[in-house]
Amino acid sequence: MHRFGVLPGFGLSMGFTVFYLSLIVLIPLSTLFFKSATLDWETFRAAVTAPRVLASYRLTFGAALLAALVNLVAGLAVAWTLVRYDFPGKKIVDALVDLPFALPTAVAGIALTALYASNGWMGRWLEPLGIKVAYTPLGVVVALIFIGLPFVVRTVQPVLEDAERELEEAATSLGASRLQTFLKVLLPTILPALLTGFALAFARAVGEYGSVVFIAGNMPMVSEITPLLIITKLEQYDYAGAASIALVMLLLSFVLLLFINLLQWWQARRGLGKNP
Amino acid sequence: MSAARPAHLDEPAWVRRLLLAVSLGFLALFLLLPLAVVFSEALKKGWELYVEALVEPDALAAIRLTLLVAVIAVPLNLVLGVAAAWAITKFQFRGKQALVTLIDLPFSVSPVVAGLIYVLLFGSHGWLGPLLKAYDLKVVYAVPGVVLATLFVTFPFIARELIPLMQAQGNEEEQAALTLGASGWQMFRRVTLPNIKWGLLYGVILCNARAMGEFGAVSVVSGHVRGLTNTIPLHVEILYNEYAYQASFAVASVLALLALVTLVLKSVVEWRSDRQLKDRAIPSEFPGAASLQLKAAG
Repeated sequence: MHRFGVLPGFGLSMGFTVFYLSLIVLIPLSTLFFKSATLDWETFRAAVTAPRVLASYRLTFGAALLAALVNLVAGLAVAWTLVRYDFPGKKIVDALVDLPFALPTAVAGIALTALYASNGWMGRWLEPLGIKVAYTPLGVVVALIFIGLPFVVRTVQPVLEDAERELEEAATSLGASRLQTFLKVLLPTILPALLTGFALAFARAVGEYGSVVFIAGNMPMVSEITPLLIITKLEQYDYAGAASIALVMLLLSFVLLLFINLLQWWQARRGLGKNP
Repeated sequence: MSAARPAHLDEPAWVRRLLLAVSLGFLALFLLLPLAVVFSEALKKGWELYVEALVEPDALAAIRLTLLVAVIAVPLNLVLGVAAAWAITKFQFRGKQALVTLIDLPFSVSPVVAGLIYVLLFGSHGWLGPLLKAYDLKVVYAVPGVVLATLFVTFPFIARELIPLMQAQGNEEEQAALTLGASGWQMFRRVTLPNIKWGLLYGVILCNARAMGEFGAVSVVSGHVRGLTNTIPLHVEILYNEYAYQASFAVASVLALLALVTLVLKSVVEWRSDRQLKDRAIPSEFPGAASLQLKAAG
């Protein structure tokens, strides 16, 4: 390792960082690889592709995708409203957007369940219409929408604030309609941020546990998410099985992390192109 | 942002009204209603039962444990955050990007997996299980496990906030202090610390909220021993599963209040740090970038 500069404290700060990182994160995480490796390939494959496990992947990733899509559209609308329009109580609304980051997930879980249960404020209107939310896969989607809500808003908001209005003016004066201006001028500018927010919301939703377990009903094959299945395996003392499924989830979140980094690199390049 | 604009640059009035209605309706449905239902259910049977649910011995034990966990986890992650940000932003070395990615790692790991790895490490069938047993020590299904799992999930919060901030501030002020004869510690205390105090506070507020509210990771390692290894969120779960809904929501309302206090403090810090940064005339994109990254990390 090379060091440049005259400031003190490199050895101390770097040493402490690496030590702490290894102790709290890296060594514990490595147990997943070693525990899974105690299984031979066939057993590992069987553990991570059993029908009940596959059903949980379908639910977890399907619901996370659906929730992230809802947040993509609604988050853009919210970011747009917060940046471009004035209305009473705007500061409070802006602060409240971060509630899902601040509210413990267990509280969100029981609150959403109480809302959408058949006697709840929402459930009593929805059930006569034949829409059951609590204790169904739809409930999982609702919980994941809550959890992922701030991501798209908070990634798009600053980009929209920095967007140069001159470009919109130019497009308009060249005869573009408002919709054309949005689609051809604004959307390309905010697209990387929009996709980053979408990917972050998706990644968060895939691993989510607390808000989901209360509202999901947790029926095997129907409304059982993958993180819950890991806990179930653990409670059955199937440590290797739990570690194998966890390893699959970990690898998938690595792929997502890589994708998010690529998006942010793309966004940074956009920014550079705009202000040389 | 909303200074006078030519009318032709705005959406038609009906589009504006529709967008406002959709966004505010969406936020009311997904943010306000869940928040309101917590307090409504908590107070359903009156104040007396509400208070009773909070002063009951198991609830008090859960509150004590949650405070203990936060008091350990937040300062440790604070020291780590400052050390990591110092090494990463003030020096050049190979593998810097990899180190930043590793620090972010806990954000992309499911809380359940975060709990599981400590069971695999310290559980009775884990690597260190036999050793711990020989010395009659318990880590998982006991308080140390709860602390460790919380340390893991809150690990990146403060570092994540400080890295972009200190990157933006550069080295010049510290170098000037050293040139003028300050010792390393004086330089840190008199120059670096005042520069990063708002970012630091911001990180501490979010780190603390997560430390007190973490559920998934803690639930795997706690073992759910009432009065001993239950944090407030776990106590909420137990009451809920025992159909003690009113008591469960009463305890949950404490956490909801904590969340609201967190949001208020966060807004105050954002406002103050914006002002400080404007006074110091640092390019305005940086505080935005710093808080965005942290928010995005959730």
